[in-house]
Amino acid sequence: MFEIDKWQEIYSTVRKNKLRTFLTGFSVAWGIFMLILLLGSGAGLENGVKEQFKGGATNGVWISSGTTSIQYKGLKIGRQIKFTNEDYKSIKSTVSGPDHISARLFLGNNLISYKNEYGSFFLSPCHPDYGIIKEVDIIQGRFLNNIDINEFRKVAVIGEKVKSSLFKGVDSVAMGKYIKINGVLFKVVGVFRDYSRNDDEQKRVYIPISTAQRVFQGKNEINQISFTTGDASAAEADLMIKKSKAVLSKMHTFDIEDNRAINVWNKNEEVRKFKALFAGIRLFIWIIGIGTIIAGIVGVSNIMMIVVKERTKEIGIRKSLGATPWSIVALIMQEAIVITSFAGYIGLVLGVGLLELIATKMPPSDFFRNPEADFSVAVMATFLLIIAGAIAGFFPAMKAARVNPVEALRDE
Amino acid sequence: MIQIKQIHKSYITGQNSLHVLKGIDLEIKAGEMISIMGASGSGKSTLLNILGILDNYDSGEYFLDGVKINRLSERKAAQLRNKMLGFVFQSFNLVSFKNAMENVALPLYYQDVPRKKRNLIAMEYLERMGLKEWAHHLPNELSGGQKQRVAIARALIGKPKVILADEPTGALDSTTSLEVMDILQEVNATGITVIIVTHEHDIAMRTRKTIRITDGNITEVIVN
Repeated sequence: MFEIDKWQEIYSTVRKNKLRTFLTGFSVAWGIFMLILLLGSGAGLENGVKEQFKGGATNGVWISSGTTSIQYKGLKIGRQIKFTNEDYKSIKSTVSGPDHISARLFLGNNLISYKNEYGSFFLSPCHPDYGIIKEVDIIQGRFLNNIDINEFRKVAVIGEKVKSSLFKGVDSVAMGKYIKINGVLFKVVGVFRDYSRNDDEQKRVYIPISTAQRVFQGKNEINQISFTTGDASAAEADLMIKKSKAVLSKMHTFDIEDNRAINVWNKNEEVRKFKALFAGIRLFIWIIGIGTIIAGIVGVSNIMMIVVKERTKEIGIRKSLGATPWSIVALIMQEAIVITSFAGYIGLVLGVGLLELIATKMPPSDFFRNPEADFSVAVMATFLLIIAGAIAGFFPAMKAARVNPVEALRDE
Repeated sequence: MIQIKQIHKSYITGQNSLHVLKGIDLEIKAGEMISIMGASGSGKSTLLNILGILDNYDSGEYFLDGVKINRLSERKAAQLRNKMLGFVFQSFNLVSFKNAMENVALPLYYQDVPRKKRNLIAMEYLERMGLKEWAHHLPNELSGGQKQRVAIARALIGKPKVILADEPTGALDSTTSLEVMDILQEVNATGITVIIVTHEHDIAMRTRKTIRITDGNITEVIVN
């Protein structure tokens, strides 16, 4: 069935019927082109939104202290809740589930200098686990560790942008140098990169929370407790949050239903919402895409029907010269498969090409970046096409094989 | 070569049944050249289609070169047509998008002869028909006589035992008709059985035997 002679036979009929070939091919190429474009746009939209979630584990939970809004046990509204190290410790010891947990202190922007260079950067004291919770990418040295916390070491992990503004020229090596934070010397032990879109998050300096409390605060207050939920399900994560709330409400005497006393931000919940949204969008895109391809298949079938009608006499002649029904089926089907595959490939290339062009020429926006059609989808679409070509050719081919040579030859 | 015994054939159109062939008996020996004559609707074309295994018959027996032809599979019929028979039609029936050489070579395609070889053989046959210079022309660039010679070359290329010609001169002027008949006689001289369906007397006179069909029966056999 695949000997070279048959290909030459197909090639010669295709070459001599250019318009017919073009029309057949166009509907398929268009279908695939649209499918790739749709899938690419869907991916672009998804990538854009995913970008919004970057910089922070998708299973992270952040609990910050707030102000009470419900009267509870005789205590008035508007009372400010202040977390302490005790809260961190009791959540860590009583709530099971979180695989990483950290407290944070908000010290705001501070003057930080190295020799003659200085700037105002956000100081973020925390526990070592925060590196994982925030997905801090260390590009030099290390993040904070437990010894730093236990020994109240004066060490700092600085953002890439902090490094570039403090360490310039001959002094471009930051590791091991001492920077001055509010007049106190800290040794740089690591440089990180943050993939958040927010510029401020890249201009941070992380220091051990124990050191910060001792040096800058003199108290044991903290502002935020965050943890990751491991591979817990949504319900299990909710339970962890509920338990943490219970611990905190008991320690600070506020109504557990009071949503303002503490603020909980469950990133996983947001991610889940978007995942559901994108599952919907993807389904929608596939339905439309497959619809477009089906329209293409119907178009090809239609044209192949006309082709068979047009070639009835030729088929009659071939049969009178000794063509078997199978050879007629093969002739029509192979032509359909060749045309659809080739046209589909062109549509694929054009679609991917346009996506590449968009990806390189269009600046990424908040909700659209990096449109891409992944390789497996492209391969699947190609296979779909070859099958489609076979289906599109099959029924007309069967009709052609049944052509009665007597009637075909009479057909003027 | 051909033996036909009591062949009956009816066409059913809706509720009407048209009895076209009403018991034809015919024997054609190898190397014979005969003509079949008859008015239109007499059944001569139907007979030719049955002889050419393009159509089935209802009852009777048909032997082609000793092989019984009866309700063959399409595949078997196609193979027999390819090996045993060559067709020449009134309207030439050339494939319009193939040039003369490719048209002549087509039966060899179905014998799995490689392209180069079959084009070479096709050129030989075209040369024999005096059409070598026209080998790369499409059918619509050829005259009626040339087209029919291409068709004859195509019918001969598969080395058939029988040539079936359905009104081969029906679309040609008298001079060209004579040329085509000359060619068919030459073909017959090489030992190939030639059967011509015609309604022209001059054409029938050029064959050795004329069979006249009237209303589905053989009414007359004339030896010319």
